[in-house]
Amino acid sequence: MRMYNRRYEKLIRQDIEQVQLERLQSTFTRAFKNIPFYQNEMKTKNVVPSEIASVSDISKFGFTTRDDLGYNYPYGLFAVPLRDIVRINSTSGIAGKPTVVGYTKNDLGVWVELLSRLYYASGITADDILQISFVFGLANWGRGMAAAAENIEASVIPMSFLNPEKEIMIMTDYKTTCLVSTPSHALHLAGLLSELGVDPEKLSLERAILVSEPMSPEMRSRIGEGLGVRVSSGYGIPEVMGPGIAYECAEGRLHIAEDHFIAEIIDPRTGQPVPEGQSGELVITTITTKAYPLIRFRTGDITRFIPDEACPCGRTMRAIEPPADRADDALSIRGVKIYPSQIERIIGAALGEVVPYVIVVHKVRELDELDILVEEVESLFSDEIKILERMIAKIKDDLWEILGIRANIKLVEHVTMKEVKGEHGVIMKNHKMKE
Amino acid sequence: MPISAEARVLRIRNLTSCYGKITALENVSLHVWENEIVSIIGANGAGKTTLVNTISGIITPTRGSIVLNGKNITRKGPEDIVEMGLTQIPEGRQIFNSLSVIDNLRLGAYLRYRKGKAKEIHADLDEIYSIFPILKERRSQKAGTLSGGEQQMVAIARGLMARPSLLVLDEPSLGLAPRITAEIIEVISGLKKKGITILLIEQNARAALSISDRSYVIETGNVLVEGEGRVLLTDGDVKRAYLGRDYREFWE
Repeated sequence: MRMYNRRYEKLIRQDIEQVQLERLQSTFTRAFKNIPFYQNEMKTKNVVPSEIASVSDISKFGFTTRDDLGYNYPYGLFAVPLRDIVRINSTSGIAGKPTVVGYTKNDLGVWVELLSRLYYASGITADDILQISFVFGLANWGRGMAAAAENIEASVIPMSFLNPEKEIMIMTDYKTTCLVSTPSHALHLAGLLSELGVDPEKLSLERAILVSEPMSPEMRSRIGEGLGVRVSSGYGIPEVMGPGIAYECAEGRLHIAEDHFIAEIIDPRTGQPVPEGQSGELVITTITTKAYPLIRFRTGDITRFIPDEACPCGRTMRAIEPPADRADDALSIRGVKIYPSQIERIIGAALGEVVPYVIVVHKVRELDELDILVEEVESLFSDEIKILERMIAKIKDDLWEILGIRANIKLVEHVTMKEVKGEHGVIMKNHKMKE
Repeated sequence: MPISAEARVLRIRNLTSCYGKITALENVSLHVWENEIVSIIGANGAGKTTLVNTISGIITPTRGSIVLNGKNITRKGPEDIVEMGLTQIPEGRQIFNSLSVIDNLRLGAYLRYRKGKAKEIHADLDEIYSIFPILKERRSQKAGTLSGGEQQMVAIARGLMARPSLLVLDEPSLGLAPRITAEIIEVISGLKKKGITILLIEQNARAALSISDRSYVIETGNVLVEGEGRVLLTDGDVKRAYLGRDYREFWE
């Protein structure tokens, strides 16, 4: 079985634990020394880094949440001087400020290593031609995926934001062998193929690596059939480095890169570890990241450990089930995670007040669409239609600029949940909206 | 459970060592795998020598465990530890100046000589001479009359005569001219090719990192970072602290 890093991916348990312990200890030492936030956290919990005598001692420390990342905007959680940072990625945070993640040169090296492992696990070789396609909000992921593909000497078709018909043309003409994208986009392309009358058998496409969104087994098989490919996936979060925390082997297991991350699964309500094998929220601690270490970061993704048994692929790293649910109310719009609170903040800023609204996420030809119905309350009323139009345009622009998503905004005179429920999809309302 | 190809030479967990009330080493964990060169780098007073002396049994740790080839050596004395396969080349070489080179080398095999392995030792001398041809030329010369670099070679060669499973080198470049340091570093890197496993303690970070498979950077008794040698050469913290760049220029 091909493996990118045979030495580490096949470590015996005792060695994995040794490596994790060493790296965890130095991560705590550096975090305590360089990051006031973690120093305070440790002081309030009355613990010091030297108390880490085994990997399980990690539970003596508190969790880090997305709110914490927002409060420390922009550089508060960096463990190295800015001089050492070579790349800065911003993702929309939930506390009103973006989350700013920095990488040192060596961090980028780790990122490339992890994604190279992902490619090897998916069976990609130097002979493959990769087409990387992500929406604007996931541009950072695309960048990482392209760098790693070049590292393993596969050919990469430059990513640009093409329309899907053009993508299919490129896929046909450039003889793409592997599509790297999100599940919803792959499904959209699959639908388009049959519409355009392109026979998937005639394509060179063999594989699809799909990340950033939950993918149901049903969705997976539809993509597999529609594009005529073998589908594999990876797991990651934008706060760490995008996909690469775990990668799927030929046996369909998502192996965690345990030499770079420590994974825990907790009960999201109590914060306590769940019994072995049960579902809970995934908590990630980075142990090799230099610029932006995260200690016990709550990902919000619900998963479980697959019972420990030797995987026929030869990898000894523990595996998780592909996360399907969220512990919080985050929505996934074409792979981009959005919190309703982020949308509410944008509406509030544009209108000067928070009015009743409904968020409707539904699918149009397999692609997520976001509709926001805003109730036209009296205070908004203006006899100049232009003013209202300007408000709507502002909400639209801000959603695009801040969150990287496009939405349809509709002003409605009066809307009740009952009426909206006729439509399909996820529906969320704020507290001002009537049932 | 799949078994990894590597045997495990040294595994240290949570090692703490004190001089009276002063903690010189705190919660240090590290490992050395078979046929690796692993280096420990750090500034003066970081705890490097305390670490080596704790590993070789000269200092007794207050906490933690040291496992050599699967055997716990934590509270064993230096003489037992040598017998179990760990040989330390001490800082400052410490060779016997008034003895000939060949006698120095034979003394390195003392434990094996007592076990009646004189023939084997003789064969090993030829092997040693093939690694250090200069020592063959100088074999009858008194060790004290050799140059600093040659004396260091005698010290390393003497250590190898014990056929250690782990060779621990404490500051082999100390007091040597840069050209000679480069030579010694070359020799150490050559030992790896002969299948020898090495733990190298060095103040000369750049030289150590350039030949290390992995390295641990220690600062005030703690491990600050672990990583591949060539990767750490470009690590910001390492550059600032040990590779001679001005510290202030980095923090704004």
